[in-house]
Amino acid sequence: MPVLRSAAPLVLRRTPDAVYLVGAAAGPLGGDQLSLRITVRAGACLRLRTVAASVALPGLDDAESVLAVTATVEAGGALEYLPEPVVVADGARHATDIRVTAGEGAWLVLRDELILGRHGERGGSYRGRLRADYAGRPLLRQSLEVSGTDGVTAGPAVLAGHRACGLLLRAGPDVAGGAGSARPAPGADWRVAVMPLAAGPAVLVTALADDAVTLRRRLTLRTAT
Amino acid sequence: MNGAAALLLADARFPAGGHAHSGGVEPAASLGTVTGLGELELFLRGRLWTAGLTAAALAAVACAIAASESPATWDELDAEADARLPSPAQRQASRRQGRTLLRAAKAAWPEAGWLGRIGRQPHHAVALGATAYAAAATPAEAARIAAYQAVSSPASAAVRLLALDPMQAAAITARLAHEIDAVARQASRHEDGPLEDLPMASAPALDLLAEAHARAEVRLFES
Repeated sequence: MPVLRSAAPLVLRRTPDAVYLVGAAAGPLGGDQLSLRITVRAGACLRLRTVAASVALPGLDDAESVLAVTATVEAGGALEYLPEPVVVADGARHATDIRVTAGEGAWLVLRDELILGRHGERGGSYRGRLRADYAGRPLLRQSLEVSGTDGVTAGPAVLAGHRACGLLLRAGPDVAGGAGSARPAPGADWRVAVMPLAAGPAVLVTALADDAVTLRRRLTLRTAT
Repeated sequence: MNGAAALLLADARFPAGGHAHSGGVEPAASLGTVTGLGELELFLRGRLWTAGLTAAALAAVACAIAASESPATWDELDAEADARLPSPAQRQASRRQGRTLLRAAKAAWPEAGWLGRIGRQPHHAVALGATAYAAAATPAEAARIAAYQAVSSPASAAVRLLALDPMQAAAITARLAHEIDAVARQASRHEDGPLEDLPMASAPALDLLAEAHARAEVRLFES
């Protein structure tokens, strides 16, 4: 890995197994505009993690904090982006915008977890957008707007009373897409689903939970399929 | 609306197969997350601003594409619709409804021979937008029909599934009229923009409910 460039509050640290994003300041705080650009060249492999959950906190002027992630994975490259969850504290307004472009035959593992509120809080508001393309085709387009104080997003169509929600996207030549994957039995927990995407080879795991630990368990239990 | 022809599309009696789909209400009722009118209203509002907004935007763009007669774009729009439906159960339900609607549209407007070019099993929102053009409706009207159906179709399913008072269910839809219009306005703002930036509002529970429904052993509605 020839080039590692970063600046506070997001600092990159290399370890033998992965590159870690270390929060070098509190936050993100309302008003912060953070951007992360990742390029993985053909044949290269990058594991990117964060050392701890990040807690989005309100700024002084009610401004939104924004984290924009742009990742390009060339054909035959591999990117594993597995950050710890984002916790949106009471009164905070946070947004993430993830744009991933993967070439034919690239491998991609991407996790995104949201927790509304710290312990005992209802949580602030969050906007998340994920756009992924694989081999020149749109793979996934989804956005989520929720707020801990909004009855509609807490309601049965969106979060169904849960405080934590997350996704794990896996794409690559060895990922079973299309009709090949077996469905879980009737009566399986409805709060997690493993969904082969139309423009595969790719699978999206989506889960809802009441806390971060359960959410992680639901997302990872099903990654073997 | 631009005449009576467009009203046909919003009418549940138009044989487009919408009555076979509950829009997630059936699994929500079985799992106990929607049991009465209060939860139904929250469910419908959540659905309107997520799946409803996304469908309305696709319908508006499909109507605009039909007007501009650029056949190359149908494939691109189909792929964008696929990318907005991660749940295989929802993709299947959407394509089944799209195919039925297209058949009804071809019979109703035989002069719109170009409807054959949008694919045999288009997504429902895409078929709705194209059919709206055949019925001489505008993209904004196509968006409004899609947004309205995102609410009216699950509302009528809920009446049957939960034995709700149909008057009260209609009252909910009436209360949501302004929000339906707001969603339609927001959806038709993207009519000319790049397809990848079309609204992609998602709802985790709707995806999970659709998947749970697909593996349920007993069900009244297809989705």
